[in-house]
Amino acid sequence: MTQIHKLLIANRGEIAVRIARAAQELGLQTVAVVSDADTGSLVAQMADEVVNIGAAHPGKSYLNADAILRAASETGATMVHPGYGFLSENAAFARRVTQQGLIFVGPSAETIECMGNKSVARETARRAGVPTVPGSTGTVDDLETAVVVAAEVGYPVMIKASAGGGGRGIRVANSEAELRQQMPLAQGEARAAFGDDAVYLERFIARARHIEVQILGDGKNVIHCYERECSLQRRRQKIVEEAPSATLSQGTRDALCEAAVRLATAVGYCSAGTLEFLYDDESSEFFFIEMNTRIQVEHSVSELVTGVDLVREMLRIAMGEPLRYTQDQIVLKGAAIECRLNAEDPERNFMPQPGKLSALRWPGGPGVRVDSHVYAGYTIPPFYDSLLAKLIVWDEDRASAIRRMQRALAETRIEGVHSTVALHQELLADPSVKSGHFHTGYLEQWMAQRAAAKAQALLPDLTAH
Amino acid sequence: MAEILSPLPGTFYMRPAPDAPNYKQIGDSVAIDDVIGLVEVMKMFNEVRAEVSGKVVRYTVENEDPVEAGQLLLVIE
Repeated sequence: MTQIHKLLIANRGEIAVRIARAAQELGLQTVAVVSDADTGSLVAQMADEVVNIGAAHPGKSYLNADAILRAASETGATMVHPGYGFLSENAAFARRVTQQGLIFVGPSAETIECMGNKSVARETARRAGVPTVPGSTGTVDDLETAVVVAAEVGYPVMIKASAGGGGRGIRVANSEAELRQQMPLAQGEARAAFGDDAVYLERFIARARHIEVQILGDGKNVIHCYERECSLQRRRQKIVEEAPSATLSQGTRDALCEAAVRLATAVGYCSAGTLEFLYDDESSEFFFIEMNTRIQVEHSVSELVTGVDLVREMLRIAMGEPLRYTQDQIVLKGAAIECRLNAEDPERNFMPQPGKLSALRWPGGPGVRVDSHVYAGYTIPPFYDSLLAKLIVWDEDRASAIRRMQRALAETRIEGVHSTVALHQELLADPSVKSGHFHTGYLEQWMAQRAAAKAQALLPDLTAH
Repeated sequence: MAEILSPLPGTFYMRPAPDAPNYKQIGDSVAIDDVIGLVEVMKMFNEVRAEVSGKVVRYTVENEDPVEAGQLLLVIE
């Protein structure tokens, strides 16, 4: 007899809704946990049961493992899905879920520890024969060692917090003098942000692309669902993602995806996960940088080009089912693009826009998907991130997908707060974006040029007065 | 008496980092443009600066309290 599972969704926002949808399609009961700020949220309306776990501040609710585990035991939940962010890569939380006799929807605490620690992950990659960015072997404890290592690796170097993630705790040094100045600051930041001052060094590749590989493992076998191109970033936060990458040759794509599978297999990976790589267009080399042992925001583009429901597969694997696909059943078809629509005002330095959505109209039609937790009349709380919706489109090829995205963006109406919709429209009209020629620094360059052009356009007005 | 109000809705912090001392204690003197706290709005930290000088009489909110735009944070004398 199969056990009827009840899933507690330990997250909020669009990913909580996404997980609830997958759970409902599998016939699972769902428990939403919400903070005081989220009692009227969409997932709270969708779930079978709702538990208020505390105050709006994330430390008192979505990061409060005690409150979440108490909610699980009170509701009789049998599984916990951590989503992304919050406790999703917290090995101690995963361990406590398991010790309470529940299923953690993600890899084991040991895997999270092994791959979540960036310097251990680099070592694991080296042993699996997966190339890593030239850098220190493990962490660098003192400045004099760092100077020696940096001279071998070559400047510019990045100083990265070993416990870091999400683009935080990273500094760049262009010379030994800068390294001597930046290293103590980086260690201090790492200690303040992550409670661990361990740092490591990596060569800084100036015009790199960020390309990542989606994998699924059941503890025995690992398959990949091809790559995602995530180079369009602002302050290391991804803005637009697509699959497949426009730059990879079929040979490089195969080598990259095989390397990802090899590394995930080496750690006996059991769940959905993502291996992030830097890709150098000029040399066609790729280097492993880190693994995310959770579902990612941009998983949806991989779903559209492969037809695999990654969140559903993640739940099935957690319930003990083996992988339902072999690698040759995963077929890459067409092209998908995701635009992250944020409640931010791009004209005022991306100032966050909490407040009430007075009106809302999502786009529709063929190949258009909207993953969102907001609705007309919803008040965006100021306590969490600014993601309003992920607008994702699929079409037969990249050029058609861009046209479809432009059509979908034009259909979108968000009123009451400023959003990044218009910025996405401009960005997708950019010739370099259209032709797929960009790198991780491109979006910020483009923004700076755009700001300068706007300032220039104002000049005739000023002189006329 | 002067009041410092929150310019934004969000989460109020009295100190720059969890293990750092408070920006201001009761009785501390405040100069114009001194930072008296942070308001975190959607993961962005915004410094709250004094527009008047004086002495801190009391904070009217706790560290990590949710605050509204225009809410009283600090009374200065």
